[in-house]
Amino acid sequence: MNDIMQFIIDNIEMLYILVFAIFLGMEIIGKVPTVLHTPLMSGANAISGVVVIGAIILIRNTDPGNYMILIIGMLGIALATINVIGGFAVTDRMLQMFKKKKK
Amino acid sequence: MENQIIDFLYLVCIVLFIIGLKRLSHPDSAKKGNLIAALGMGLAIVITIFYPMENESNNYGWIVGGLILGGSIGWVAAKRIKMTAMPEMVSLFNGLGGACSMLIATVEFYNLPEGVAMMSAEVLTIIFALFVGSIAFTGSIVAWGKLEGFLRDNLVLPAPQIINLVMLIAAIGMSGYIMSQPELNFTLVLILLGISLIYGVTFVTPIGGGDMPVVISLLNSFTGIAAAGAGLIYGNQVMIVGGIIVGSAGTILTVLMCKAMNRSLFNVVIGGFSASGTSSGSGSEEIVKEASHSDTAIQLKYSKKVLIVPGYGLAVAQAQHVCHDLERTLENEGVDVKYAIHPVAGRMPGHMNVLLAEADVPYPKLLELEEANEQMSATDMVLVIGANDVVNPSAKDDKGSPIYGMPILDVEKASTVIVLKRSMRPGYAGIQNPLFFGDKTKMLFGDAKDSLSKLKAEVANA
Repeated sequence: MNDIMQFIIDNIEMLYILVFAIFLGMEIIGKVPTVLHTPLMSGANAISGVVVIGAIILIRNTDPGNYMILIIGMLGIALATINVIGGFAVTDRMLQMFKKKKK
Repeated sequence: MENQIIDFLYLVCIVLFIIGLKRLSHPDSAKKGNLIAALGMGLAIVITIFYPMENESNNYGWIVGGLILGGSIGWVAAKRIKMTAMPEMVSLFNGLGGACSMLIATVEFYNLPEGVAMMSAEVLTIIFALFVGSIAFTGSIVAWGKLEGFLRDNLVLPAPQIINLVMLIAAIGMSGYIMSQPELNFTLVLILLGISLIYGVTFVTPIGGGDMPVVISLLNSFTGIAAAGAGLIYGNQVMIVGGIIVGSAGTILTVLMCKAMNRSLFNVVIGGFSASGTSSGSGSEEIVKEASHSDTAIQLKYSKKVLIVPGYGLAVAQAQHVCHDLERTLENEGVDVKYAIHPVAGRMPGHMNVLLAEADVPYPKLLELEEANEQMSATDMVLVIGANDVVNPSAKDDKGSPIYGMPILDVEKASTVIVLKRSMRPGYAGIQNPLFFGDKTKMLFGDAKDSLSKLKAEVANA
């Protein structure tokens, strides 16, 4: 029990961030028209590729001789970057269509 | 000082993400919103590459290599993919993000310093990222396979609920066991990894039919949560906030989709369409009336009001342009043509909107479910193009039907219904549709694109 309390006290700012982020996410999506559900899902999906940052941090801390981890890390970066670049590009293509017909 | 500036720049990235998502939720600003979010991501990546760290060895070659490799694959895939295959693509991309969280968590386990206490928040965080990331990974790959068509819904597990429950308990038990050990046992971690990967497969496999969009959205939020878990490992705010926002936004979107189908999330995850099977309709000998192109064309031409109900069949046949041509031809003849869009038509919410937008169908021509149903009784003719489950009346009156309770487009209220369909095969949910045997219904068999261009030619000639 003490451990848990200590953990909460040590990470109180992080917990604030977590809670606010959860509500923020719910608010953002609350008022979306159905038309935009697919592009929005795709855009959010691209943002979830933010995990690429973790892979970069991982590689930067790795000993240059440790090839196994470097290769896994590079694979991680590559996969997450596909998610990011592909995600934003696909979303852009979807939204292109909405724009074109407005003229 | 330098670190503070960089921390502040991370905050800028978070703000860009939030503004980007906010703008993405309005039609006028959506395109800009996407670019803003992408800018935030680019900035976050650049900052992370140059962030001063203790015992850094940088290995920039590996980082740039990974970025270029992934970036070019992602770019080419996004540019080449057909608009109709978009849901599959999103699902696949999503799985790769989950895979990255999984890899990071596995390596972080491997890297844990010797003698570190296993019963700690740190270890729990890594386990969490590993577990959720793995499910998002294999789950998305299965969802992708199902949509691509190389994994079919008839791939049925015996007693899927029990298998899933056992997998979940096994994963939780193994996590507890790892944490209760005096020191790290990496073999156990690999076993947990295996369990999580298999759980992702067994989680999605029993789900099929119209529930697929819901699953993709759910897996999308899993990837976000996994990214946030990985962010907790490094105490990285951009990852935590970005991941959590995607996680909670994805969950809300999932719930919205469930509501559109009048199903609870619990039912989608536990039940699955395919599990309930066929309950009604079949067996009795009913007669289907077949329509001809010329008759249909003449009827269309002399209608006052026509509603088009598009479905996945339209996407498969790539018939959106021909459909728009037919609609314009009819408009020139003075017919009022509108599209009735069911919220879960196609394989993703908004799938039909995107498809019709590609063919330049004007925005005001698309009616949402309620609006379309209000106009239904004043409609002379409904053209159902490759849609099935969203117009299935057994959702209203057959309590035994697996889609009972889902709001549908009430096409039977219109004077005539023409169903364009390739064959009498049931729709994605695998259930028979009594609409096809209705008094007002006629079937026009054949490929949608082919049928529509014939109809268009006939209307022009008639």
